[in-house]
Amino acid sequence: MSWTQISCQYDGSYPGFLSCVFDCYVNREEPVEFRTPDDMCCSLYPLRAVTTDQAHAMRVYRSFAKFGAEGQRLAVRTFLTCLPDKELWLWRYLRLAYDQGPMIGRNLTDPVVDRVRKAVWHLEHEAHQYKGFTRFSDLDGVLAGEIEPKNRVLPLLRAHFCGRYPQENFVLHDRTHGEALFHRPGPGNCAILPVEDFSLGRAGAEELAYRKLWRAFYDTIAIEGRYNPKCRMTNMPKRYWAMMTEFQKDWDTALPEMQGR
Amino acid sequence: MELLDKLNILADAAKYDAACTSSGLDRSARPGTIGNTMMAGCCHSFSADGRCVTLLKVLQTNVCVYDCQYCVNRKSNDVPRAAFTPEELCELTMGFYRRNYIEGLFLSSAVIRGPDYTTELMIRTLRILREQYRFGGYIHAKAIPGADPLLTHRLGLLADRMSVNIELPSSPSLALLAPDKKKEAILTPMAQIRDGITASKQEIAVYRHAPRFAPAGQSTQMIVGATPESDRHILTLTQALYDRYQLKRVFYSAYMPVSSSPLLPVAENFKPPLLREHRLYQADWLLRYYHFRAEEILDDSQPDLDPRMDPKCCWALRHLEFFPVEVNKADYEALLRVPGLGVRSARRILRARRVGPLNFEGLKRLGVVLKRAQYFLTCSGRMMEGLRVSEDGLLRRLVALEAPALAEPMPEQMSLFGDAV
Repeated sequence: MSWTQISCQYDGSYPGFLSCVFDCYVNREEPVEFRTPDDMCCSLYPLRAVTTDQAHAMRVYRSFAKFGAEGQRLAVRTFLTCLPDKELWLWRYLRLAYDQGPMIGRNLTDPVVDRVRKAVWHLEHEAHQYKGFTRFSDLDGVLAGEIEPKNRVLPLLRAHFCGRYPQENFVLHDRTHGEALFHRPGPGNCAILPVEDFSLGRAGAEELAYRKLWRAFYDTIAIEGRYNPKCRMTNMPKRYWAMMTEFQKDWDTALPEMQGR
Repeated sequence: MELLDKLNILADAAKYDAACTSSGLDRSARPGTIGNTMMAGCCHSFSADGRCVTLLKVLQTNVCVYDCQYCVNRKSNDVPRAAFTPEELCELTMGFYRRNYIEGLFLSSAVIRGPDYTTELMIRTLRILREQYRFGGYIHAKAIPGADPLLTHRLGLLADRMSVNIELPSSPSLALLAPDKKKEAILTPMAQIRDGITASKQEIAVYRHAPRFAPAGQSTQMIVGATPESDRHILTLTQALYDRYQLKRVFYSAYMPVSSSPLLPVAENFKPPLLREHRLYQADWLLRYYHFRAEEILDDSQPDLDPRMDPKCCWALRHLEFFPVEVNKADYEALLRVPGLGVRSARRILRARRVGPLNFEGLKRLGVVLKRAQYFLTCSGRMMEGLRVSEDGLLRRLVALEAPALAEPMPEQMSLFGDAV
């Protein structure tokens, strides 16, 4: 017998989504759309408002271990991607995964698994790109950087940057999703927090000098006889350029031009 | 001289070194240190020529006692000369590294006074970086041919990757263009580094804290197009280097006219052989990841790579008896031989076909480049629907696939009278 179709309302967080999964399975309901309380749009389907329950979310989260390593990775990371209707795709994926178990990690030709896998690939690829393309500025001893990713890459960047600068104070601001990664020296002093208003301070003389040096290096290292702008753009799409020091022309002005758009 | 001018001069002098990778080693920073490395490496930027910028690639100095004809830094060349002091270079590296501009340092040098003195200077720089700044990022150091083996060993203990440039693909070319360098002088440090790496690995197996000697391996580089060696010669040499010296990478750099020596191709109208370099890299990949041997890719009847098509397609066209390959049954090695199938898609096929038989639509989902692979594959015994090609047609279609990307070399006028020029 098919499950009742409903419209699911939750708070937009990952535990909230996992609570939805829990409730839907308990009530034998099939969500056909997910919405957050700010969505004013009305729906033809009966609305079920799900309250986030950490214990339920944890139970669902632990159950992902049944999917095998690859299946579990997809189940966890899909929520961070910018896939349109990601909740719906993730729900479909989870239905399939509970059905198939560890086989889900190998079922690469299934349309749902394919969609989810490619979205997660995009997320991981973008995170990898940002490991290189992120630029920090030293502002009074604190390293501050800004990025503008399509996916929520901060959770994936966290281990990398904390492992790279264990002795530094640093902030990495995700402009698209309005959150920032904060780090202080010491084990476990690292958090991703929502940020409303974020702007970088004035760069000091030393910072400006280093930017100038880096630009000089960047311009020098290219070999004129091999000029290949297409290859550069393939490897480093232009959407990253705005935030990168080598393309900013601010070295003789006092204020860093970090407003990308 | 200001730091900015030094950086300009010494980065300019180092830019012809092709190797700019930061791969082969996973290491996270311990508390109190700074810097990590990634197995896959990490590109921090791409320069206007499309090459990746991952390390701060500079020379310690460009003052040189040698006079190699192909090199910008030869002593007879009239260019501004500069040298970094070890302290300066370390400060610059740390400043760049903290701002996430770079993954580490690529330290090479022209030979100032003598190989020993140069190596000592490099060791001083790396010691300050590793011991004073406690830098745990990537360091690629060039071994200077002719330096004392003990000094090379100390350099290797500080660096993650070592390299010795083989410079030119044969010893006659070397004798002609780099009279101060001998083949033996290049191969001796290479063998020393290889043995050092092997010994270090054994020591680490016994004592976890034993010092690590060049843990990310060694690489080399040669210039292509300055001398008349064939692609076959270069590939065979490459394979020998991989087999005998256990190199991680061999880099090719298309010759850039930086000198007006009468021994070299003329500077005017000389185009660097970029397409040839590209094809060589493709063939190099076949050697390293696709279980090919150099003898299979090229032989006496065909000493050079075909510029129109990638080497794997060429091999496939010469071995049509090997195809079609059945996707649902073939083993990994057979799948890797199919044009359009790479390491990743072959692995995905192995994984996905455990669930159920694959068809062409499924292959597309797995990321197989069907426009090439379709001619060489069957799914459950069937070719792609509606596909009918003769052997001649196959060559033409495969060439046509790459043609738009290769728009640069002008098509040649067909000659009615053979190759008489």
